[in-house]
Amino acid sequence: MTAYIIRRLIYAIPILIGVNLITFVLFFVVNAPDDMARMHLGEKRVTEEAIQTWKQEHGYDRPLLYNPDASGLGRFTETIFFEKSIRLFVFDFGSSDNGRDIGYDISRRMWPSLAIAVPVLLVGLAFNISYALFIVFFRATYLDIGSVVLLVAMMSISGLFYIIGGQFLLGKLFHLVPISGYDTGIEAWKFLILPVIVGVIGGIGAGTRWYRTLFLEEISKDYVRTARAKGLGERRVLFRHVLQNALIPILTGVVVVLPLLFMGSLITESFFGIPGLGSYTIDAINSQDFAIVRSMVFLGAVLYILGLILTDISYTLVDPRVRLQP
Amino acid sequence: MSVMPVVLWTDALVFLLLTLIAAFVLYASRYEHMRAPWRRVVRSRVGVATLVVLGFYVVVGLLDTVHFRLALDPQGDDSAETRYSPEVLSLLDLALSGLRERQEKTYSAPFATHLFVKEAIEQPDGTLVRDFPRLEYGGAHLEDPARQRGFDIAWRAAWGALQGLVIWALLATGILWLIARSRGETSAATRAAILAGRTPIPWRIALAMLGIMLVLSAVAGELALAYHILGTDKVGEDVFYQTLKSIRTGLLIGTLTTLVMLPAAVLLGIMAGYFRGWVDDLIQYLYTTLNSIPGVLLIAAAILLLQVYMSNHADDFASLVERADLRLLFLVLILGVTSWTGLCRLLRGEALKLREVDYVQASTALGVGHFTLIGRHILPNVMHIVLITLVLDFSGLVLAEAVLSYINIGVDPTMNSWGNMINSARLELARDPVVWWSLAAAFVFMFALVLAANLFADVVRDAFDPRLKGAR
Repeated sequence: MTAYIIRRLIYAIPILIGVNLITFVLFFVVNAPDDMARMHLGEKRVTEEAIQTWKQEHGYDRPLLYNPDASGLGRFTETIFFEKSIRLFVFDFGSSDNGRDIGYDISRRMWPSLAIAVPVLLVGLAFNISYALFIVFFRATYLDIGSVVLLVAMMSISGLFYIIGGQFLLGKLFHLVPISGYDTGIEAWKFLILPVIVGVIGGIGAGTRWYRTLFLEEISKDYVRTARAKGLGERRVLFRHVLQNALIPILTGVVVVLPLLFMGSLITESFFGIPGLGSYTIDAINSQDFAIVRSMVFLGAVLYILGLILTDISYTLVDPRVRLQP
Repeated sequence: MSVMPVVLWTDALVFLLLTLIAAFVLYASRYEHMRAPWRRVVRSRVGVATLVVLGFYVVVGLLDTVHFRLALDPQGDDSAETRYSPEVLSLLDLALSGLRERQEKTYSAPFATHLFVKEAIEQPDGTLVRDFPRLEYGGAHLEDPARQRGFDIAWRAAWGALQGLVIWALLATGILWLIARSRGETSAATRAAILAGRTPIPWRIALAMLGIMLVLSAVAGELALAYHILGTDKVGEDVFYQTLKSIRTGLLIGTLTTLVMLPAAVLLGIMAGYFRGWVDDLIQYLYTTLNSIPGVLLIAAAILLLQVYMSNHADDFASLVERADLRLLFLVLILGVTSWTGLCRLLRGEALKLREVDYVQASTALGVGHFTLIGRHILPNVMHIVLITLVLDFSGLVLAEAVLSYINIGVDPTMNSWGNMINSARLELARDPVVWWSLAAAFVFMFALVLAANLFADVVRDAFDPRLKGAR
C-alpha cells in the first residue's frame, strides 16, 4: 500500500509540471508581460518606463524560459518560468499583483469555504440517500414516477435561480436570515444557513437521481433475490443489503470531491459575499490578477490528483476484493 | 431590396453541423440497425413531445443564424454601388423588427401601459406633475388604459389563439393526409386511429403538443404587436425580444461545444484504446493533465487572455457583432477543451474492449491496415456513445453558459443570452417594487429548453443503450 501511494505521488509530478506548462503558456507566452503591465496601468498612453517599473516590481522583468546573461544553473532559475511556476511545487505562491501574500490569503480564506462546503456535502448526502431509498421502496408506483419527474425538473433549473430564489424568499420576503455577508467565529452561522440550504436544494435533482439508479442496479442482483427467497422483508432487504452494497460507489464518489471542497464554490460564495476561496478566485478573475488565478489553478490540480489517489485507497478499504498493485 | 449576406464564424459552424447531421441521417437511414434506435425514440411519447418543443427552439435559433446587412436607401446621388447598413441583422430580427424598434425609456412591467418610474410630466396648462408617463408603444392605441386594457388583452389573446388554431388545423390536416397515404388508409380511418392513440408513432401526443406550441406562439405574437408582453429592461428594450434572441446563444453553446471537441475526443480516445502502449500513456497523460485543471479556472484564464488580446487589437474587429461572435466561438472552443476528456475516456475503454473482439482479431490476422480497421469496425461501433454524449451534454452546457456569463467569463456582455439577462436581473431584484420580469423570462425559456433536452436525452439514451434503461 505504501509503495503504491508513493508511486502514485511520483506519477503526480509530471502531471503537475504539465499543468504548470499549460498555465505558463496561457499566461506568459500568449500574453506577454508587457501586455499585462499595459492593462494594469490602464490601456493607452503608458510610457515605456512605467511598464518597465511595473514589470520589475512584480518580477516579470526576466526572460521567459532561458536566461543567457546568467551563469550555470542560474540560466534556468533566473527566469519567469522558474520564479513563477516551479516555486508553486513547494506551495510558495508568492505575492499577488497588488502585493498581498497569496499563501497567507489562501490559508485564511479556506475556512469559510469549508464551513459551507462540508455541511452542504453532509446534509445533501443524508437527504439524497434517504429520498432515493424512499423512492426505491415505493418503486414503480405513482410516487416513484412523480418523484422522478420532480427530480428531472429540479435538475433543469439553473443553480443561479436557486440562489436568487432563496435569497429573495428567505432573505428579502420573510427576513429570516441576512441576504449576504459573513461574520467571524460562532456568529457566522446565520450567514451560513441560507447558502447551505440553497446548496442542498440545488443538489437534490442530480444527486437523488444518481443514488436511485445505484439502488435500482443493486436491487436487481442475485444476492437480493436470495435474500428475498430466504423470506426477508422488503425493508430489511433494502436497508441491510442494498444500502450496504450501494455504499461502495457512493463512498468512493464522495472521496473524489473531498479535497476539492477546499476550493469552495465560485458562484455561491460570490452571491452570498462569503470571504472564501471561491470568491477569492472570482475577485481575482474580475480584477485580472493573474498571480492569484495561477496559484488557484495549481492548487486545484494538486487537490484533484489527491482526490484520485484517495479514491483508489478508499476502494481497498471498503471493498476487500480490490487489491492495489504495488 | 438588395441584401449582403454575412456569415459569422459561428454561423459557418452551424451550417457545418447541419451538413453533418444531414450526412449522418442519410448514412443511418441505409442501415436497419441504425434506424432501429431512432424508431424507438420517435415511438416514445416523451420523445415526440420533447422533439416538438425542441423543434420550435431550433427554428428560432436557425432564423437567428441567417445574418445579412440591408442596403441603405440611396441618398439622392446615383452612384453605381449600393451601400450597406453597418448593422448586421438576422431573419429573426427582421421578423421581430417591431419588437426590436419599439424601445421605451426604461423599465416597464409586462402588459403595462405606463412606465415603471415616475417622471415629471408637463401638463397642457404648463404645470409639472410627477406621475407615471404613458409608454410610447406599449398599449399606445388605448384611449383609457385603466378601463380598456383587460378587455383588449383578452380580445387580442383570443384572436391570436384563433389564428394559432387555424394554422394548427391546416398543418394537422396536411400531416394527417401524409400519414393516411403512407398507411394506405382513408383519412377518416387514420384520424380515428390517431385519436384512439393506436398509431405506432404517438401522433396524438405530437399533434397535441404542436397545437399547444402554435397557439402559445400565436397568442404571444399577437399580443406582442401591441404590448411588451414580458416588459422592458433598464434601457427600455423589449424583454421578449431579448429572450428570443438568447435562444441562439444557448443552442449554439450546447451543440457547437460538442462538435468542436468531437474530432479530438474520437481520434485520441480510439487511438489510446486501440494502440495501447506508449500512445495510450501519452494520451492518458494529456487528458489527466487537462482534467486536473479546474474547468472554470481554465475558462476564466482563456477568456481573460482573449479580453487582453481584444483590447490590444481593438482595430481588428469590424463590428461589435463580429467581436461578440468571435468571443462566443472562443468560449465554445475552450468549453470543448475542458469537456472532451470525459468522452475520450469512454471511447478509450470501449476501444480497449473492441480490439479483443473476434471480428477485429480476424481483420488483424487478415492483414487489414490499422486505419482501415478503425474506420470500418471500431468507429461504427462507438458511434452510439458519441451520440449519447452529444445529447446528454447539451443541457449541462446550456446551464453552464448562464453561470459563466454571471461571473463575466461567458459570452460578450453585448450579446443576448440568458446568463446576461440573469446577471443584470440581480440588481433589479433589490429594487422596490421588484423588477422580476427579466429574470422570469430567462427562467421560463431556459427551463423549458433544458427540461425538454433532459427528457429527450433520457429517451435517446434508453433507445441506444437499453441496458441503462432508467439509469443515470
